[in-house]
Amino acid sequence: MQESYNLSHLKQLEAEAIHIIREVAAEFENPVMLYSIGKDSSVMVRLAEKAFAPGKVPFPLMHIDSQWKFKEMIKFRDDYAKEMGWNLIVHYNKEGKKNGVGPFTHGSKVHTDIMKTQALLQGLTLHKFDAAFGGARRDEEKSRAKERIFSFRDRSHQWDPKNQRPELWSIYNARVHKGESIRVFPISNWTELDIWQYIRLEHIPIVPLYYAKERPIVEIDGNLIMVDDERMPEELRKQAKMRMVRFRTLGCYPLTGAVESDADTIEKIVEEMMTVQQSERTTRVIDFDQSASMEQKKREGYF
Amino acid sequence: MKDNPNDRAIDSNKSRTVEAWEAVNPAVDINAFLDQDEKKDLLRLLTAGSVDDGKSTLIGRLLFDSKKLYEDQLASLEADSKREGHAGEEIDYALLLDGLKAEREQGITIDVAYRYFSTNKRKFIIADTPGHEQYTRNMITGGSTADLAILLIDASQGVLTQTRRHTFLVNLLGIRHVVVAVNKMDLVDYRQDIFDAICRDYREFVTRLDIPDLHFIPLSALKGDNVVEPTVQMPWYRGPSILELLESIHIVSDRNFIDLRYPVQYVLRPSRTFRGFSGQIASGIIRKGDRIMALPSRRQSTVSSIVTYDGELEYAFPPQSVTITLEDEIDVSRGDMLVHPHNVPRVEKHFEATLVWMDEQPLTPDTQFYIKQTANTTRARIDEIRYQIDVNTLHKSSDARPLELNEIARVVITASKPIYFDPYTKNRQTGSFILIDPVSHNTSAVGMIIDRMDSNDLPSRITENDRRHIASGRSLVHRKKREERYNQRGVTLWITGLHGSGKKELVYALERRLFNLGAKTVVLDGSVIRSGLSRELDFSPADRAEHLRRVAYICRILNEQGIITLCSFVSPCEDIRLQLSEIVGEEQFSLLYMDADIDYCRSHTTDDLYDRADAGTVDQIPGLDAPYDVPRKPDLTLFPAELEESVESVVSFLQERNIFPLK
Repeated sequence: MQESYNLSHLKQLEAEAIHIIREVAAEFENPVMLYSIGKDSSVMVRLAEKAFAPGKVPFPLMHIDSQWKFKEMIKFRDDYAKEMGWNLIVHYNKEGKKNGVGPFTHGSKVHTDIMKTQALLQGLTLHKFDAAFGGARRDEEKSRAKERIFSFRDRSHQWDPKNQRPELWSIYNARVHKGESIRVFPISNWTELDIWQYIRLEHIPIVPLYYAKERPIVEIDGNLIMVDDERMPEELRKQAKMRMVRFRTLGCYPLTGAVESDADTIEKIVEEMMTVQQSERTTRVIDFDQSASMEQKKREGYF
Repeated sequence: MKDNPNDRAIDSNKSRTVEAWEAVNPAVDINAFLDQDEKKDLLRLLTAGSVDDGKSTLIGRLLFDSKKLYEDQLASLEADSKREGHAGEEIDYALLLDGLKAEREQGITIDVAYRYFSTNKRKFIIADTPGHEQYTRNMITGGSTADLAILLIDASQGVLTQTRRHTFLVNLLGIRHVVVAVNKMDLVDYRQDIFDAICRDYREFVTRLDIPDLHFIPLSALKGDNVVEPTVQMPWYRGPSILELLESIHIVSDRNFIDLRYPVQYVLRPSRTFRGFSGQIASGIIRKGDRIMALPSRRQSTVSSIVTYDGELEYAFPPQSVTITLEDEIDVSRGDMLVHPHNVPRVEKHFEATLVWMDEQPLTPDTQFYIKQTANTTRARIDEIRYQIDVNTLHKSSDARPLELNEIARVVITASKPIYFDPYTKNRQTGSFILIDPVSHNTSAVGMIIDRMDSNDLPSRITENDRRHIASGRSLVHRKKREERYNQRGVTLWITGLHGSGKKELVYALERRLFNLGAKTVVLDGSVIRSGLSRELDFSPADRAEHLRRVAYICRILNEQGIITLCSFVSPCEDIRLQLSEIVGEEQFSLLYMDADIDYCRSHTTDDLYDRADAGTVDQIPGLDAPYDVPRKPDLTLFPAELEESVESVVSFLQERNIFPLK
């Protein structure tokens, strides 16, 4: 057979991500992979499995549970982690939970800060992780477009966009002082389309919420919010109508807008992705809170 | 160099993508389309130019219009002719990008922004760098992985200093494909003469650089001329649109598939029975069953398997990430490199590089940086800044200023242990490195290795290892290196013969002849040495031996430094000559005999030694009242009456013995 030295774009992205993941495992003492249950995380975890096959992934996964995720996400997480035998840490902000912090009562900004950002920082500090993988992609949002693959964080986990390390070729600077850390984004160069093509190619299991289905939807400030449990105030729940929708991103259900779609197969999703002009971030309610909000949140330690 | 590779007529009535699509397979289903789409390749490109050149508009259009291509393809796939709706829309494409300008106004530093788009031929990653402030650092960061660079030129402005600067940096990064996009052609009425003049100007400048693949495209990003679809506005231009060019430029052959370089990144030991070496292939092809050698140990083994999550491979090539297992238990760890035994990279700790300073803090001499190259990290120091390069004028200057942010210099570096590298121009992966500040941990500089000079010939400051060398009296310049430089071997030509036999005449004639031929020689003549170095010694056998012993040691020192010594001494005793040969080293010692009898010498001598001997005022004259042992096996026998011939026979002797000049 004729030998071919051509590598498809997905295989090139895969090879790059595996290189990055191995580099972290080799250079850091105590890395962790943040697992959000979303499609990007699912791809990232598969890449980690590929990086160390036939061995096991040599670091734990951690899910920061804001307590407001879709029920289907939590079920998927527990079933899949068990099936795959992952070393999965689930961390949540106990203080926040005790005080009943949630988006409906405290607003999205407070909720995100306490139940996501603070919970993440607690989890990282508790386990003394010196590197944390995240599934963020540069095409998601404008402040990500310039983010490094190895993104340096100071002792208080903060990001200084003015003080980023130059990053060239595939040489990553992994030097940190004690207490400092690096956030690592192995799928930086993947687009939403790439992610879906890869999921299709590799048959990676994903949460069913990504597929279009009739779901109970309330329209809140132009966002299509699904009624997932009783914690949604009743006057909102009452307005729910069944609509054919799917989710492009997954997070806290009150903060995640659905999109109207009839893409109920992976092929239809890929097709949709090829032509869609709007950023998937437009389905994230938290991003509209304030100007340059993502940049601000990233400075504070959010992923 | 070529600019219009695809000469073809323009059919503007039909979308070229639909046309291409239909040509491939009119009846293919969605799954086949997606399968094919997943197999497309990847092109990384750099865009350079300022906002004023219309760069954002161009990128915005590529990003936006590539979606429309998919829409067209998918629509045609569904045999549905809803292909209207794009025409006539006036879109500000620059706004589609998340405005670099806006961010700059907010005081947010932008160095490189990555943009992504795909067609069903290729996925594209654009590293978009602002053209103005900190351009060097930005462009270097964005361009390090680029296969291709688009340099924007405003047709109404022509080739500017900025264009030259960008071209220089693109060339420095080793980007092989350059597309010169002459934008805003609409502002110059789509005139061919203006486009041609810009191409000419650019070509004139670029001939000094090494850019193997150069293209010129006239376009208007604003109007969409030659961006995605070819334009009807410039019938004189018969080449492709910029997207067509980006889709078709052949880049796979840019990769180095010849020199196997496999930096071991991670040692995988999931069980007692499995020991694999994980890494990303930097260059070359590795096959199951290949004989390989590990650096630095130079131990050899055979590739037993190439393991991936998706099964074993028969061969692997760049940029695949794989895991290699070997048949033998040889010691390999992170930072080591697997190569083919017959094709080994340079293994040195002393090398030359082009360095780009990336740190706000200027270079402090004597800093012990960390150097990271492939998976290897060690300490390194900058020995010498040979010169700095001004990116605007390309002038080289060698003032001893410390390097500052955005400055480029050619430097000499010493690492604390050898690294395995190829020159950057041959191998981007093994020829690149970063320097990390030991205190701040910033990436202070990035470098591209040059190997035009041998490691031993590079200027250096004294290292610890050197000190040990010096303490034991060994030169830091290797004898072999000197001999290569001088084009000769350091040897001693020892001419023996009676007093007055013409040794001195020969030795000086020979010296002049060899000087003219370019040899480096030193003459040691008995009368000169006796009047200085050996002045306290007389002509007794013991003193004679001591005198010659001193000379032999001088010869040895000079020979070690690559110098040919031409010695003229009576040296009458065979056993002393043997001792001399031992001191100098038999290999370096040649005995030349000046064959003249005592009568000849008496009549040809220029002094009165024999007269004084006759008068009894001196004695112990060899050949007269002391013995002269005629050499039993001289390397060359010469005759004083034939001075010219003697000189020439010595010259040929040196040539035959490969002493000077070297073969």
